[in-house]
Amino acid sequence: MAETLIRLRDDAASTAPVVAFADLSEAGNTAAVRLSPGDDARALLPLLDQLTLIEVEFPAYTDGRGYSAASILREYGYTGELRAVGDVLVDQISHYRRVGFDAFAPNQPITREAVDKAIATWPEVYQRTVDGRAPIWAARHG
Amino acid sequence: MYQYDTHDQAMVDARVAEFTDQVTRRLDGTLSEEQFRPLRLKNGLYLQLHAYMLRVAVPYGTLNSRQMRVLGNIADTYDRGYGHFTTRQNIQYNWIKLSDTPAILADLAGVGMHAIQTSGNCIRNTTADHFAGAAADEVADPRPYAELLRQWSTFHPEFDYLPRKFKVAIIGSETDRAAMKLHDIGIQVVKNAAGEEGLRIHVGGGMGRTPMIAPVIREWLSPLQMVSYLEACLRVYNRYGRRDNKYKARIKILVHEIGADEYRRQVEDEFAHILTLGLEPPAAELDRIKAQFADPAFDPAAPDAIDRSDPDFALWVDQNVHAHKASGYGIVTISLKPVGGIPGDASADQIRLMADLARDYSFDELRVTHAQNIVLPHVRKADLYAVWQQLDAAGLATPNLDLIGDIIACPGLDYCSLANARSIPLAQKISQRFADVERQRDLGELKLKISGCINACGHHHAGHIGVLGVDRKGVENYQLLFGGSEGADTSIGSIIGPGFSEDGIVDAIERATGVYLARREAGERFLDTWRRIGNAPFKDAIYG
Amino acid sequence: MSAERFKILTGNDLLTGDVTWWTGSNWSRHVNDAAALGEDAATIIAVEEAARRVVSAYVIDATRDAEGVRPAHIKDRVRAVGPTVRLDLSLRADDPAATTWIA
Repeated sequence: MAETLIRLRDDAASTAPVVAFADLSEAGNTAAVRLSPGDDARALLPLLDQLTLIEVEFPAYTDGRGYSAASILREYGYTGELRAVGDVLVDQISHYRRVGFDAFAPNQPITREAVDKAIATWPEVYQRTVDGRAPIWAARHG
Repeated sequence: MYQYDTHDQAMVDARVAEFTDQVTRRLDGTLSEEQFRPLRLKNGLYLQLHAYMLRVAVPYGTLNSRQMRVLGNIADTYDRGYGHFTTRQNIQYNWIKLSDTPAILADLAGVGMHAIQTSGNCIRNTTADHFAGAAADEVADPRPYAELLRQWSTFHPEFDYLPRKFKVAIIGSETDRAAMKLHDIGIQVVKNAAGEEGLRIHVGGGMGRTPMIAPVIREWLSPLQMVSYLEACLRVYNRYGRRDNKYKARIKILVHEIGADEYRRQVEDEFAHILTLGLEPPAAELDRIKAQFADPAFDPAAPDAIDRSDPDFALWVDQNVHAHKASGYGIVTISLKPVGGIPGDASADQIRLMADLARDYSFDELRVTHAQNIVLPHVRKADLYAVWQQLDAAGLATPNLDLIGDIIACPGLDYCSLANARSIPLAQKISQRFADVERQRDLGELKLKISGCINACGHHHAGHIGVLGVDRKGVENYQLLFGGSEGADTSIGSIIGPGFSEDGIVDAIERATGVYLARREAGERFLDTWRRIGNAPFKDAIYG
Repeated sequence: MSAERFKILTGNDLLTGDVTWWTGSNWSRHVNDAAALGEDAATIIAVEEAARRVVSAYVIDATRDAEGVRPAHIKDRVRAVGPTVRLDLSLRADDPAATTWIA
C-alpha cells in the first residue's frame, strides 16, 4: 500500500511538535525541527544531541540543497531520524538514502516495496558517504 | 587506456536496468512527461526538433576501436546512418526512438559505454586534452585524474540536483587544448621543482550567456586530495549557488558575486572538514588507474623519416599531424570538416573505418576533440601514408586543421530546440568561400566558431572569429565577434557591431581576413593582429 | 500577402519522437494536414498527452499559402520539413524548394 510516511528505523516516530528552523531561537528545548532549502544545516550542530527528528524539506525535487544538509548533519554525528519531506519521488530515493535520510514523507504516496527496490538500484557505489557502504575503491584495495 | 573491471561494468549494467524501467514506466503512463523529462535528461536523452536525441558519453574523449565500431553500428541500426561528434567530446544521434533506447544502452554497455550524466543539472562527462599521453609537450598525463573523477562523479548522491549543469576539464600541458579555463572547474596537472605532480584548480569559468574565465582557486593541490577538494568545491556550490534564476545559476556567477577569495575561503573550510571523513580513494587506486594509461609498446626503432613525394600527402602531414612524444610516431587528427560538410558529422561507414585504422595503426586508440575532430594518437610515421590513403578514399583527409575551414558549429536550428538560428548552413558557406586550402594556409591558424544561440555550444566566445545566431523578429540574424581564444591565452570575444544576414556575414568574415592580410606582421595569427591593432580597422572594412 | 492567421497544434509522437500535427481528430506527420483550432487546445493537449499519443504539444500561429499550411515561425517550419542540411532525410527529399519555403 502506498504510504505518506515511510521509516527505515525501528524506533518509534517522534511525536514532538516540529519547529521551523526560523523559529528555533524561541523554541527552547526543541526535539524536532524542519529545515527549508535555504537554511544552514550547520546552525543545528549545537542541538544535535537534543534533536530526535530533523525534517528536510524538498519543495521541488530538483532543489538539491537538502542532500548537502543531510550529509552535513550525519557527518557531524546526528543519529536521530532524518526525514525527507515534500516532493520526494521514488527515483531519488536511492540518493536520499546514500546521504543519510532514513525516513520519507512524500507528497505523493509511495509503497514500501518501491522504496526498497529503489534503494537496491546500485549493486555497488563509487563514493564513500554517510551511509557506510564500502565504495568500489575499497573493494579493489581491501 | 582504461578498461572496465567487474565493478565498473556492474554500475553501467545497473544503469541500463534502471533506465529501462523508467522508459517502461513512461510508456505505460506511470510517469508523466514532467516527471520523466529530468530522468531521461540524466541519461542524455533529449526531445529535439525532429525526434529524440541521444548523447553518448565518451569519457575524456578516449575510446578504443571496439567502442568506436559500436558507435558506427548504432548509427546504422537505430539512427539514420550517421552521428554527430560534439564540442564536449561526446557523440549525439539525432533520430532516436524512445522505445529503442534500452537496446541502445545495452549495446553501449557491452563495450563499457553509456549515456550517464550527459545532460541534467549534475556533474557532466569530464573532458580532457585530446592529445593526452601522446603530446610532445606534455608535463603529465591528465587521463588518470579524469578517470578518477569519472568514478567519483558517477551517481554522486549529493550532487545530482545542482543549481545547474557542471563541467570539468583537465589538461597536463602548458598548451591548453581543452578550453580548460572556460569550464566550471578546470584542472591543470603541473610538476614542481622536485618533479612531483600537483593540480592547479581553476573554478568559475564558462561560456553561455555570461562568459567568464575561471580564476585560480588553488595553486597546488596534492593529487591524493583531489576528490576531497572537489567535494568541497561542489558542496559550497550546491548549498550557495543561485537557484532563483537559471541564467545566474552556474558556479561562475557564485564565484563572481562573492569573489574568488571568499569562495576559496569557504572551500578551504569545507575541505578541512571533508578531509576528516576519509572520502579519498587511496594512492593504490590512482596507481591502478595510472598503470592502465601506461604508454603502449612504442617501437624505439621506428623510423623518423616521412616520404613526402606525394604533395597532397605532404600537405596533410604538415597540417594534420602533430609532434608525438615518441620518436618515429605522429599524432594524426582526422578532420570532420570537409569543404561544404557538416562539422562533426560522420557516417556509420566513416566511423567504422576510423575504428579499423585505430586498431591497425594507433594501438587501438582514438580520441574525440572538442573541435569536433577525431584523433589517432599514436601512428608510426612509416604508416602515415597508408593511413592517409584510406582516409582520403573515405573523404576524411581534409588538410585544414586549425584553419578557417576547421569550423566548430553547434547543430543549430536544423536540429536543436533551443536554437535561434541555423549554424551548419553558415559553416558550409564559409568553408566553401574559403575552399582553397592554399588560401586557408596563407590565413594561418584561425579558429572560427559558430553558435546558434546564446548557450554557446559552438564556443563562439572563444573563437578568433565567433558567430552568434540570433532571432530578429523571426528572421535569422548573425552577430560577429572577434578576439576570443580557448588556449593558454584564453580570452573572450566581443561583438563588433550590428548583425548580418547569412550571406552578409560570410562577406564580413572575408573582409576581416582581408584586413588581417594587409596589416599582419611577421609571425602574427589573425588573433594576434586583431589584438595589436584593435577593432577599428576591421569595423571600417566591414561596415565601411 | 495578407494571409489570415490561425492556430494549429503540434507536438512529437511519444514513442518515435516524430513531429506530428493535430488534424482535428488525430495526428499526422504532414503539416498540411494540420487543422485550424477552436478554443479547445488545452483540452486536446490534456487528453492526448494523457493518452500518451503525443508529448510536448503546443499551439502555434500559421497561415495558408500556395503550398498549404505555413507555420509562422521558422523553427516550426524546420520541424515541418526536417533539417535543411539533410534534406535527403526530410519529408521533402529531392525538393530544392524546401529550403526556400523554410527560410
